[in-house]
Amino acid sequence: MLRLRDGIKEIIRKTAISLPRDVEDALQKAWEAEPGGPGKEALAAMLENTAIAKSASKPLCQDSGTPIFYARVPRELSFAVVEKAIIEGVREAGRSVPLRPNAVDVLTEKNSGDNTGLGFPEMYFKQCEEDTLVIDLTLKGAGSENAGTFYKLPDERLNAGRDLEGVRKCVLDAVHAVQGRACPPYTVGVGIAGTRLVAAALSRKALMRKLTDEAEDHRIKELEERLLAQINGLGIGPMGLGGKCTALGVKINHAHRHTGSYFVDISIACWANRRGRLIW
Amino acid sequence: MSETTVREKLRAGDIVLIKGIVLTARDKVHKHLLDNKPSPPELPFELAGAVLYHSGPLMKEENGRLEVVAAGPTTSHRMQMYEPFIIRHYGVRGIIGKGGMAADVIQAMREAGAVYFHATGGAGALLAGKIKKIEGVWMLDEFGRAEAMWAFRVEDFPAVVTIDATGASLHAGVERISKERLDSLLST
Repeated sequence: MLRLRDGIKEIIRKTAISLPRDVEDALQKAWEAEPGGPGKEALAAMLENTAIAKSASKPLCQDSGTPIFYARVPRELSFAVVEKAIIEGVREAGRSVPLRPNAVDVLTEKNSGDNTGLGFPEMYFKQCEEDTLVIDLTLKGAGSENAGTFYKLPDERLNAGRDLEGVRKCVLDAVHAVQGRACPPYTVGVGIAGTRLVAAALSRKALMRKLTDEAEDHRIKELEERLLAQINGLGIGPMGLGGKCTALGVKINHAHRHTGSYFVDISIACWANRRGRLIW
Repeated sequence: MSETTVREKLRAGDIVLIKGIVLTARDKVHKHLLDNKPSPPELPFELAGAVLYHSGPLMKEENGRLEVVAAGPTTSHRMQMYEPFIIRHYGVRGIIGKGGMAADVIQAMREAGAVYFHATGGAGALLAGKIKKIEGVWMLDEFGRAEAMWAFRVEDFPAVVTIDATGASLHAGVERISKERLDSLLST
């Protein structure tokens, strides 16, 4: 599977050095809409940085992140083969792009040096009926990952009940708490479910949705739009320096919940929401 | 930077271009400085009057020479518990980072005469271009490339003063306004 490994290496490179079109367009629009001040300067630096990284084939950010892969694997291919190719692709990309070594052993505090280790990179596999292998990738920086949080509803402090109105309060509270520490304008991913694990998986996966994509359910779509407007009304602004644009998008995924549980998980992506897709 | 420059010239909201030496310092260096309080000759750089840069650069070795590929700021919040001591004990005059720092750092900056420069997070490629030379490194073997203390010579490095030596903080202002707006959005 030499060629698959090379394909993975190439998609990692592309994802590390360039922004998805929808994200770059949204940043451009945000810059146009920002009246001035340090927030607008920050957006200008982001756009300039994006142009430099792409033309010089350099990573956008020194934190090339935790590589996270979502693979949809056709029946003829085993998960083990894809897993091996991903790990080798990550090692290769680490040398050639390069990527910053980010994987640390929690017992010895030693950095593995090649972005591989226990549970690193993160990989998810799903069998699919189609005959093409599709691998979605995101490079998730630590600053934004540290900004993620979760709530159990009802939440007395927020006066948030077990309904979408309660979800709205959680999301606003979470973004306010983070302020500018995770490099806004953010993409905010929300997962609603009956277990912590599913809620976290859904909120993270929501960050993989394009900014231009619309939720199928009108209630979710309306909440996403309302939340985006309200988050931008907080005035945190680009890099937390004040301004109109604090988020580029809000994406909500949901699952059925247990009668007794209602978890709301919030994942945050920094302005450089680096997503890539390999179709093989 | 001199104390006079810091106390009299730099004010929160000022947009500046930084020129001179900056010393990178991230989680491990901060912990080491607090735990072991190293001084010269063990510590090869003069921290009195220095500017620390919260950054874990991405480096590349090309023909035996190290090159800075990307070097934007990291989240300063993680250095919060170490910084008041480091500012007071070592006499650091400036911190470059992102996201700002909280009350006890602001208090230490006011007492010791230091400021916080906010750089654009994620702009690693752009900011690496402002690093003209690597002047030295400390704790490279112990902490690795991303966590070592690098002395970088920078030119035209863009930043905004967001905390000044009078104690004014642009972050505190944004936090206050956003809290008022949050409270009104939560009560509707």
